[in-house]
Amino acid sequence: MPTVTLTVNGRSVTADVDSRTLLVQMLRETLHLTGTHVGCDTSQCGACVVHVDGKAVKSCTTLAVQCEGATVVTIEGLAQDGKLHPMQEAFREHHGLQCGFCTPGMIMSAVDIVNRKGIVDEATIREELEGNICRCTGYHNIVRAVEAGAKAMVSGTPVRQAAE
Amino acid sequence: MTVTAIGAAVRRKEDHRFITGKGQYTDDINRPGQTHAYFLRSPHAHANLKKIDLSKAKHMPGVVAIYTGDDVAADKIGGLICGWMIHSKDGTPMRAGPHPILAQGKVRYVGDHVAVVIAETLSQAKDAAEAIVVDYEVLPAVVEAGKAQAKGAPQVHTEAPANTVYDWHIGDKAATEAAFKAAKHVTKLDIVNNRLVPNAMEPRAAIGEYDAGNDALTLYTTSQNPHVARLVLSAFIGIAPEHKLRVIAPDVGGGFGSKIFIYAEETVCVWAARKCGRPVKWTADRTEEFLCVAHGRDHVTRAELAIDADGKITGLRAKTIANMGAYLSTFASSVPTYLYATLLSGQYAIPNIYAEVDAVYTNTAPVDAYRGAGRPEATFVVERLVEAAAREIGMDPAAFRRRNFITKFPHQTPVIMTYDCGDYKASLAKAMEMADVKGFGKRRREAARRGKLRGLGYSTYIEACGIAPSQAVGSLGAGVGLWESAEVRVNPVGTVEILTGSHSHGQGHETTFAQLVSSRLGISIDNVSIVHGDTDKVQFGMGTYGSRSGAVGMSAISKALDKIEAKAKKVAAHVLEAAEADIDFKDGKFTVKGTDKSVDFGTVALNAYIAHKFNPQELEPGLKEGSFYDPTNFTFPAGCHICEIEVDQETGVARIVKWTAVDDFGNVINPMIVEGQVHGGIAQGVGQALLEGTVYTADGQLVTASYMDYAMPRAHDLPSFEVGMTVTPCPSNPLGIKGCGEAGAIAAPAAVINALTDALGTEDVPMPATPQALWSVIAKQSKAAIAAE
Ligand code: FES
Ligand code: FES
Repeated sequence: MPTVTLTVNGRSVTADVDSRTLLVQMLRETLHLTGTHVGCDTSQCGACVVHVDGKAVKSCTTLAVQCEGATVVTIEGLAQDGKLHPMQEAFREHHGLQCGFCTPGMIMSAVDIVNRKGIVDEATIREELEGNICRCTGYHNIVRAVEAGAKAMVSGTPVRQAAE
Repeated sequence: MTVTAIGAAVRRKEDHRFITGKGQYTDDINRPGQTHAYFLRSPHAHANLKKIDLSKAKHMPGVVAIYTGDDVAADKIGGLICGWMIHSKDGTPMRAGPHPILAQGKVRYVGDHVAVVIAETLSQAKDAAEAIVVDYEVLPAVVEAGKAQAKGAPQVHTEAPANTVYDWHIGDKAATEAAFKAAKHVTKLDIVNNRLVPNAMEPRAAIGEYDAGNDALTLYTTSQNPHVARLVLSAFIGIAPEHKLRVIAPDVGGGFGSKIFIYAEETVCVWAARKCGRPVKWTADRTEEFLCVAHGRDHVTRAELAIDADGKITGLRAKTIANMGAYLSTFASSVPTYLYATLLSGQYAIPNIYAEVDAVYTNTAPVDAYRGAGRPEATFVVERLVEAAAREIGMDPAAFRRRNFITKFPHQTPVIMTYDCGDYKASLAKAMEMADVKGFGKRRREAARRGKLRGLGYSTYIEACGIAPSQAVGSLGAGVGLWESAEVRVNPVGTVEILTGSHSHGQGHETTFAQLVSSRLGISIDNVSIVHGDTDKVQFGMGTYGSRSGAVGMSAISKALDKIEAKAKKVAAHVLEAAEADIDFKDGKFTVKGTDKSVDFGTVALNAYIAHKFNPQELEPGLKEGSFYDPTNFTFPAGCHICEIEVDQETGVARIVKWTAVDDFGNVINPMIVEGQVHGGIAQGVGQALLEGTVYTADGQLVTASYMDYAMPRAHDLPSFEVGMTVTPCPSNPLGIKGCGEAGAIAAPAAVINALTDALGTEDVPMPATPQALWSVIAKQSKAAIAAE
């Protein structure tokens, strides 16, 4: 069994995994980080999106062994020092979630969009969310949330304050 | 401390755990010593199971046990049942074939459950399943509803000759025929309501666990109604007596109806857990969900509308063939009958209606309730007919609707329902205003200059929801009563726990229910917690579907709160040393009339438990009350959705440019959550209209079994929505709530297709109106135009 060493949410972890183990399996089953979800088996839904070395990836199609030495951030690692990430705040503030199942992947994708593109308009957000499916919200409020989250990330003004 | 008013758009209490990845869905749970189940599924749509050879698989690494239908039969475990009895025209009960949890002798659709492998790891279970050798005798299959009753069609169940489960009817046939004879104009449409896969983002999952010490079982499952699951597993399938079976539905990642039903997989997990003495966990992958979750819709209908010289509708008739798939799922039989045909009056005063429904078996996945369940199918028929009829007689579709709207309430339709209230003209007028219908002509001409075909479509829909009351559903064939239960536990410190039989899987109950309690008791929303989804905690409940949580579930809470208030007043009277009749309760304070003496809710709660101040012979200590609430009628949310769409003539791609929704849901507790429900519903309805279609080959292979092949609506497929409301409070429950969960899914398909038929100038637009389908319509038209020249 190959051994993989990763930094996950700031913590160094080493695990023996089957060579066919996917990153999402390692996160969920070995590290008990169940915030990252599996919604499909064809890399289409985005429920499993995490950041690997600062980039959004679908952890359901990434082998754990491919990530040797990488830095991984999951939804559990997004809030810092007990403070929610602006994008998390924005999703709550704008009712960007209902059942919450797609939400971790959505938020991780949204953060990545802003990291790459800064403040984004509606058309860009809809285009960029191509890889994530939400069955509950109809996206309307997700789009509002990403708009607000982007502004808060860029300006540093908390979402709640900006909304008030 | 802030009290949260009814009607306030408060942010959701449950969101913190979801946005931080701390939700707990069934697959997030792991039990000590757990094993993993993997189902070997039939690759054939129809086949006799001649032999299942387990000899090699049994000895594969990690295998704990392998079970087949023979083991189920030997343990005398019963099959899955359909809980709604429908009779045919001649009075014969529906003909339901057996539905074993693991196939016995025969498989009837691709994905049918042949065997289950239980192993230490999922990979080992999968590996062992590969090594099972099954000898299938492949039989011809039937897939389409329209072909199931044909002479010589393959027979799915011997119990149902001509694959007919029932041939049912409703309404007055003779009177309707007479109306059609006398009609000035008759509009006819052939309508296909495409089969859908619900696709909750969380795939179904289950864990069965056996406690040998108490001979008791626990099932964790992705269910919308855990109590009913327990009842069925106990009373009909014979898994364990009810008091020895606990069903827990933790966070559930969407349901849309598909998680109401009792499935083979969860039944197998809990049965096998006792058999092998280890917890058994199963999680569907997406393809398994496509193959085996209960699908929705799949109707083929011939519908006609009779109109007199004044443009008044005088009759409607419909003949529908409903595909039930290979087995009758839990609610299946009610969907195309009482949930469908009873709404064929729509928002219109139609004096004569007659509908016939044949339910047929085919070699496809079972079909059952999906968001709206019957109501979207009815609205699609009515709203397509009305739009087409208006165009045919040369009337404006909105004016034609207005002329035929029901304006007096209560209104008895010819198909059972008594609509209690509504104002259909108001929602239509408001929607037309918001959608700027007046300016449409100009927008259409502008689009034409860009080479685009622009259309506008209405859907003035109605739904019957808040599904209950027991008497009514009982008279319609339901096997259970449909009420709701609630318990209000006030703790000595004045915090409150609400135990509800409703189940939240995205609807935000933890917030709305707490909002009701906060406003009633004058305590902070943060001091209220909602307990649901566990049969060991909540005594009984009927679960969440058909928008019943607000109208029925919250009404039960409201009734229990009445009792809490009454008792708390008695306690307060002792605390304040006043007569009970002089106690008022408002804003969380008990006061004595005409004095400035008062005590807050928390102090009264404490005194109820300390019980020093009153004689326990006269007043019991404690503050806890319950209610089983059964309403007096269904509720009838209604509204108007308007879709404006543009079709690219070159590619057939349709783009929704504007969506306006004006809905009447009665009183609204949390408008933010209600709007969210509308958005989600519209997305699913638009999905059905433009993208989603479940495709089986003629021999029963499911072609659309992944997100690569089944087009789910994504963010760029949809616009932002303009949502407005009108309010006529519902008179059938104490809160005046009607329900909102299905509205969008019910309204949207007709609005989209009506907009497309307007854009293209033909009624002949199929659903889903994919680019290819629309391009074909356009190509046909231009060919015809060229030929005509
Ligand atoms: S689970 Fe990874 S994309 Fe669907
Ligand atoms: S919130 Fe349920 S899938 Fe997005």
